[in-house]
Amino acid sequence: MAAPENATAPEKAWYYIFRVLCALIFLFLIGPILVIIPLSFNAEPYFTFTEAMLSFDPAGYSFRWYEDFFTSDEWLRSIRNSFIVAIFSTILATVLGTIAALGLSSRFMPYRSLVMAILISPMIVPLIISAAAMFFFYSKIELAQTFVGVILAHTALGIPFVVITVTATLTGFDHTLTRASASLGADPTRTFFRVILPLVTPGVISGALFAFITSFDEVVVVLFLAGPEQRTIPIQMWSGIREQISPTILAVATLLVLLSITLLTLVELLRRRSERLRGMTPG
Amino acid sequence: MSTISSGPRPADYPNRRPEEAVAEPTVMTTADGTPLKVSLSRKLRRSKIKAMLLVAPLFVFLVVSFVMPIFDMLSRSVDNPEVPTELSRTVAAIEGWDGEGLPPETVFAAAFQDIKEGAQNRSIGRVATRLNYEESGARSLIMKTARNVRNAEMPANAKAFLIDIDEDWGDPAIWHVIQRESDPYTLSYYLAALDMEYNAQGEIVEKPEYMQLYVDLFIRTLWMSLLITFLTLLLGYPVAYLLANLPMRISNLLMIMVLLPFWTSLLVRTTTWIAILQSQGVLNDMMVAVGLISDDGRLQMIHNQTGTIIAMTHILLPFMILPLYSVMKTIPPSYLRAARSMGASQLYAFRRVYFPQTLAGIGAGGILVFILSIGYYITPALVGGQSGRFITNFIAYHMQSSLNWGLAAAIASILLAAVVILYLLYNRLVGVDNMKLG
Repeated sequence: MAAPENATAPEKAWYYIFRVLCALIFLFLIGPILVIIPLSFNAEPYFTFTEAMLSFDPAGYSFRWYEDFFTSDEWLRSIRNSFIVAIFSTILATVLGTIAALGLSSRFMPYRSLVMAILISPMIVPLIISAAAMFFFYSKIELAQTFVGVILAHTALGIPFVVITVTATLTGFDHTLTRASASLGADPTRTFFRVILPLVTPGVISGALFAFITSFDEVVVVLFLAGPEQRTIPIQMWSGIREQISPTILAVATLLVLLSITLLTLVELLRRRSERLRGMTPG
Repeated sequence: MSTISSGPRPADYPNRRPEEAVAEPTVMTTADGTPLKVSLSRKLRRSKIKAMLLVAPLFVFLVVSFVMPIFDMLSRSVDNPEVPTELSRTVAAIEGWDGEGLPPETVFAAAFQDIKEGAQNRSIGRVATRLNYEESGARSLIMKTARNVRNAEMPANAKAFLIDIDEDWGDPAIWHVIQRESDPYTLSYYLAALDMEYNAQGEIVEKPEYMQLYVDLFIRTLWMSLLITFLTLLLGYPVAYLLANLPMRISNLLMIMVLLPFWTSLLVRTTTWIAILQSQGVLNDMMVAVGLISDDGRLQMIHNQTGTIIAMTHILLPFMILPLYSVMKTIPPSYLRAARSMGASQLYAFRRVYFPQTLAGIGAGGILVFILSIGYYITPALVGGQSGRFITNFIAYHMQSSLNWGLAAAIASILLAAVVILYLLYNRLVGVDNMKLG
């Protein structure tokens, strides 16, 4: 999309100004996330670029904050906790969400939009409200300050993402395929595993990844619901920012950015695969 | 479906020859002889049940793990167990009091017994705290009395005895409060959340100016959320337009720049803004280096409203761009070209042809960003300072520090009501079924 050849001078000027504006907005979006990466290699305990860093003096850079991170018991325990909570809640949310999505995408499902609205609600209700509500309720049934409580809470928060992505995949699903499979002699189980599942798998996996990152990144509910035994990475960062701010947080942040780049790439690849399978162009 | 399941009736075929109409099989049947109508409705019912059974496990799970807690919290905002249970005798005795002067001796005697019992099983603190929400000083009054009556025998004149311990018992105010809060349900948490209170006559009035807090905070939360929504629209619209009109290969690449922040941890994005905006941070250093500001003139851009607005605009921007993009993607470029070929200027064509078609996207993105924004807690708490606090920060404060859970629940319920209304609006406008991610 170059500037049209018959454009008038002010139109051409606007065309380039528009491009520059958009570039600045993209910089605003991505810049802050990229800035944190070099800062995390700072040799000094500062949150800004030092003279040595700016002159590309190797002495200005170091791995000390990464070392700090990987040798700290507290951080390592929080990584373990984060993975335990995220993995279990992702499995639960994905299994329950996928089965429900199969029902929701059936045209015989009664009260479909009402049910859907309820299933999506954990995504809409402000986290602080969910956290407060879950704290009251889970304390009553003695699930507060336990891994089970945190996992159940995160499952609830991850469910909308699974439901949305899997129903979206199923909406584009061509139901003649199941009939074709049945007419060729496959029983419903075989049809499910050999026809339906391969087609919806990309949707299921990206739903699962959404659920995973939701749990992995969640602070507020853990803050209210978890005891000292269940401290996760976000909680560790949260208290780090509030209390003793050290560039170790920047090292953690950089690692988390790498994680999100990996997950994003996975989701993109899956989305394209899913669209290719359904005979649509990627985009 | 309905036309098939109701089945063809003989009357639907008036042109048949008489002998055929008399012939038996007027009801269509399936191979095994059941009427088609019955068979179809059975099949339909079975599909319905099958769909519901598939949804049921998740639905039950979510009701137990999420919906019930929410309703539990809502009930907590009106729940008022302390006075009726801890001061049960007093509540029964004070029921008939007309509110004039001081209550009769029986009420004082009941109060003596209640407080004594509460002091002995150490449960009096709850009701003392509860009454203190209504009448400041009530906590120390009750606790002081509890210490004094703990081992005392029932005096002949309870009235004189209590007033002797603390003269506040001689003030009708505390008795009015006890009488008012003797119901198992109360509105006083909601009143407190709306900066109102009962006056001495029991009427609902506004709190004195210097005690008002929450209404201003609600308004500030709404105002800042509106501003943030507007800023995301301002920044998101051009980007969405560009992405929707570039060739697919390039726009897919640029889309990563929108999606990466979306996938990056909220805390990482907040941390990064602290690193950039703080007074010894990257932005201030850069401005000092190029001589834009002096070293002592470093700008305070964080721990105030500015910081909250910048960070939240950044965090919520993808939620505006994505819905806008998906709407703009469906607008054929030929419309704009047609308008231009008929003599419309670029601006006019945009204003009259393109912009109206994007209104749905603006509505969807705007409501989404606004909903997310008014409920935000983490970012305002970390970068908001005093002036950038949201109403959510006070929910957290009453949950964790002041432990006034009733008030926390009442504020949360009001906020929840606002969110639900917006959610219904969003549902009407976009439909939750059409929500897309990534």
